[in-house]
Amino acid sequence: MSGYFGIYNYWIYIALMMIGFYGVIAKMNLVKQAIALGIFQTGIFLFYISMAVVDGGTAPIWTTIGDGSLKHLGPYDNPLPHVLILTAIVVSVSILAVALALIINIKRAYGTIEYDEITRLDSDEIDDA
Amino acid sequence: MLEIQAHLPVLVVVVPLIGGVLTSLMGRGALPWAWATLVTGATFALTLRLMATLLASGAPHISYEVGNWPRWWGIEYRVDLLNAFILLVVAGVGFITTIYAKESVADEIPRDRHNLFYTVWVLAICGLLGITVTGDAFNVYVLLEISSLTVYALIAMGKDRNRKALTASLRYLILGSVGASFILLGIGYLMMVTGTLNMEDMREQLLRTPDLDHHRTVLVAFAFLLVGLSLKMALYPLHMWLPKAYTYAPSAVTALLAATATKVAVYMSFRFLFGIFGPEFSFQRLPSHLILLAGACLGVVFSSLSAIRQQSVKRLLAYSSVGQIAYIVAGFSLANENGVAASIIHIFNHAVTKGGMFMAVGAVALRVGGTDLKHMRGLGRRMPLTMAALTVGGLGLVGFPLTAGFISKWYLIKGALDAGMWGLIAIVLLGSILALVYVWKIIEAVYFHEPEDPRARDATEAPIMMLVPMWTLIGLSLYFGVDANFTSDTALRAAKSLLGGAP
Amino acid sequence: MIDNALPLLAIAVPLAGALLIGLFGRWPNLRELVTVLTSVSLLGVVVQLIEPVLAPDFWTTSWLQPAYEAVQVLPGVPLAFKVEPLGLIYALIASSLWILNSLYSVGYMRGNREAHQTRFYICFAVAIAAVMGIAFAGNIFTLFIFYEALSLSTYPLVSHKGTPEAVKSARIYLGILVGTSVGLFLPAIIATYFFTGTLAFQPGGVFQAALADGTLTGPVLGLLFVLYMYGIGKAALMPMHRWLPAAMVAPTPVSALLHAVAVVKAGVFSVVKVVLYVFGSASLVGAAQGEWLIYVAGATILIASAIALFQDNLKRRLAYSTVSQLSYITLAASLLSPYGFMAAALHIAAHAFGKITLFFAAGSIYTAAHKTKVSELDGIGRKMPWTMAAFTIGALSMIGVPPTAGFISKWYLLQGAWETGYVFVVVVVTLSTLLNASYFLPIVYRAFFKAPADDHGHHDHGHHDHGHHAHGHDHAHHGDHHADHHADHGEAPLPIVVALTCTAAGTIILFFFPDLALGLAEQIRRGLP
Repeated sequence: MSGYFGIYNYWIYIALMMIGFYGVIAKMNLVKQAIALGIFQTGIFLFYISMAVVDGGTAPIWTTIGDGSLKHLGPYDNPLPHVLILTAIVVSVSILAVALALIINIKRAYGTIEYDEITRLDSDEIDDA
Repeated sequence: MLEIQAHLPVLVVVVPLIGGVLTSLMGRGALPWAWATLVTGATFALTLRLMATLLASGAPHISYEVGNWPRWWGIEYRVDLLNAFILLVVAGVGFITTIYAKESVADEIPRDRHNLFYTVWVLAICGLLGITVTGDAFNVYVLLEISSLTVYALIAMGKDRNRKALTASLRYLILGSVGASFILLGIGYLMMVTGTLNMEDMREQLLRTPDLDHHRTVLVAFAFLLVGLSLKMALYPLHMWLPKAYTYAPSAVTALLAATATKVAVYMSFRFLFGIFGPEFSFQRLPSHLILLAGACLGVVFSSLSAIRQQSVKRLLAYSSVGQIAYIVAGFSLANENGVAASIIHIFNHAVTKGGMFMAVGAVALRVGGTDLKHMRGLGRRMPLTMAALTVGGLGLVGFPLTAGFISKWYLIKGALDAGMWGLIAIVLLGSILALVYVWKIIEAVYFHEPEDPRARDATEAPIMMLVPMWTLIGLSLYFGVDANFTSDTALRAAKSLLGGAP
Repeated sequence: MIDNALPLLAIAVPLAGALLIGLFGRWPNLRELVTVLTSVSLLGVVVQLIEPVLAPDFWTTSWLQPAYEAVQVLPGVPLAFKVEPLGLIYALIASSLWILNSLYSVGYMRGNREAHQTRFYICFAVAIAAVMGIAFAGNIFTLFIFYEALSLSTYPLVSHKGTPEAVKSARIYLGILVGTSVGLFLPAIIATYFFTGTLAFQPGGVFQAALADGTLTGPVLGLLFVLYMYGIGKAALMPMHRWLPAAMVAPTPVSALLHAVAVVKAGVFSVVKVVLYVFGSASLVGAAQGEWLIYVAGATILIASAIALFQDNLKRRLAYSTVSQLSYITLAASLLSPYGFMAAALHIAAHAFGKITLFFAAGSIYTAAHKTKVSELDGIGRKMPWTMAAFTIGALSMIGVPPTAGFISKWYLLQGAWETGYVFVVVVVTLSTLLNASYFLPIVYRAFFKAPADDHGHHDHGHHDHGHHAHGHDHAHHGDHHADHHADHGEAPLPIVVALTCTAAGTIILFFFPDLALGLAEQIRRGLP
């Protein structure tokens, strides 16, 4: 595995993102849109984690050796993006939660979660975005 | 007191953060509102103090390292003239709209949700302040999502008046999340190149990167950030979420959003485009100013044309906001001193003008129960002060002299002259004329028609708790139209330091 | 020496008047008393400025005093006031005619039972305050501000009747005036600031330095000149004149004072002021950029007169006459010669007195006889001798027949034309005098020498122009009303007759005693570099 495919997780991240993006744009079902948004963001998580990789790296664990000083076990991956992505995952879950809460309310108000039907129910307005 | 002084930058975020969470415990009745007012008032006082400290110290910026971690490991909060000014605007308008919210929210939101409303309300202000004060790129993303999530919730609270608030909120949620994700990606790519998240370090690393304008990772980062920021700023044609969101949100929320949310997104653009990439890279070596200018010009023309067609005043003003954001974008994409200063001045001027106007519209919603032009007919005699505020604000949108809007246009045109862009001047003036048309639709309805709506016929003046905040903002827009020395001086100095490339 | 803060008082007096009018809105007598008192005290303020401005050393002492800066709006751009002769002429005319016009308004508004009278008087006073601001503006920025204030404050006056036609006309009015000023005038101002770094008025203009060091080239100066001349839409240079006929839907006192004196004169006044003190004749002649204005103004004079010839509505005929007369002033200024500038200043005064008389007469006819068309005026001179005598005097002044004021300004204009050698101007003036005569004299002839038409004939004609028709009077009542007024009307109410007699007399007095006007015009000439 070399050349363009050598860093295949970047391809996967792009593929995930595009799948998600497609879903957000093309799906009429609001829940599917929310799921697609999740996939889209998962792609970004993968991107951040891929970025942290160091060739032959391990977990960034430090241990005490004989004389009591700290030492790490060989080269290790950059821990910072992992930490960042933990935050981003929390954010993503919150977005999903808010989105689903909205969708439940939409279902109550309109009786449907299909975007085209909602648009039809709302069609009394001039909508020229 | 010395302790507080040293921790001012972080207190600006921590006070509303903790205060906001505590709001949810305040039960029912007027207590959540009173608490929210207290918290936002305290925050406003802190930003005033911060500005005073900054000016007194004479230093170009105040740096605060959260938790005493050095800035390359931890998070740095960094206050210079530009963001001290924006903090002042956001906290000030936030405080004033909180006072205003009492009557409006009592009317529009069911009582049992008031504590939750004010919780997200204060958290939204907290997020906006955080974006402004932080000097850490990833922190920007987190605080952006805090403010966005709370804003989605705030918009959706309009569902009891109109169910379309829900779809408007969801639409904004999806587009906003995509935009924020783009920003996250951009930050990630920048981190790949520079190995840091601190904005100032990023700048230094980028300056040291050879052959920057052919560096593919940097270019990708730039592209993602540009699109993401444009979405958050509602730059035409990425503004689709804005009109609906503003129209169906509760009145107080619309006033807050119009005055602060997009403005903070513009501030983020300053930080990324000028602070990190540097004006030379963003605007001279890359043609991004052409992209931004094209969007801005189209935005001025088409959003104003859309505004003219609207029957709902809230929606009309929302489209007008898209046009006004376009002025701001046009200003800074000129990347010269007058242009950038025009943007900064207009951030403030438009915040107070549009905030005050949406407050006036909210007062109409309270008294008449609707915000269409047909509800507004003949209110000139029945709600004279509210309608006068709306009129003065409207004249400000057109850019009549002695209103703040005029000052912004003055600098914008000067900036365009400096850049030799006569076409832009034509667009700005065309925009003013179109603005006159849509503002005049309102004025004609208000003053030259008899009321149609039975509730409009016996409407009375808005309560004093609405009038005072409304006129505070409109009064500011008048004051800074007559004596613009403070705003223009601050803006010019901030513009100079931005163009010097300081993060 | 002059107290440059005095203009502030001239602005404050009508504003205070507006406030009091609003407070006393419920008591019409008190309200109208306040209006008249305000106008008298305003004249009192303005008159104080005459003596120092006429002083022989004015240009070396008073003029060199710094302008009074009320507030610094932008760094280097203050709201400033400064008194100079041209502005004083304008302010004097507006404030003295306001007194007569207030008197007239009382008679007219009551006689026609107009609605919203308090709003009318308030807006009128605010408009006069704006006029004072324009007259005494110390820089072009201040002038622009009050120019816009004037457009805005007169809008409610134009749309006063609230009928769809009135609202539509008012939109055209505001659209053209604000459109041109924001679209052309403002960029010209900002460009001026950009090139010269100052907006102050200076005899000889502000562009010389920029022209000399090459930052400003002749063609750009020419472009700026175009922007200014068309940006000042109130000067009604064709094709920016359409707002003026549209404004004629307003009640007659508005047409009389605002659209024959205050608003239109604000336009030509700004034109003259810009030509004199922003461009200066030297820059324009040097860059050879001002000449087109002579031809455009000349064409406007002739075309507008020709259109006036075919208007049957009396007020519209007067409006087109105004368009043509305004271009006399623009034409005079565009000659860029001392006599030309004097002619412009004098014609501002002469036309003001003449045209307000004509409008007063038109309103008087409407109030007494409810007639709005020229073709209905047969024999009306016998029933309304005072009105039609005044009308005749006004018409003669428009044509330029002595002993009326119009003669003096035309004299100076022709002198300016000879001085500069423009035969075109002489031809235009001659032709337009013929045209003026041929659209005014037939009216006079009809009024005095034709037998009145049968009364039943014009019942239907007059119908749709009646103000209160729209206010829901039932038809029977309407009919009674006609019977009262139509069949055997006499003169208009006394205040109206007094006002129009005074202005007609003014037109003649200005011919026999032109000292003040000539003195101020002479003072302008002396200030030229």
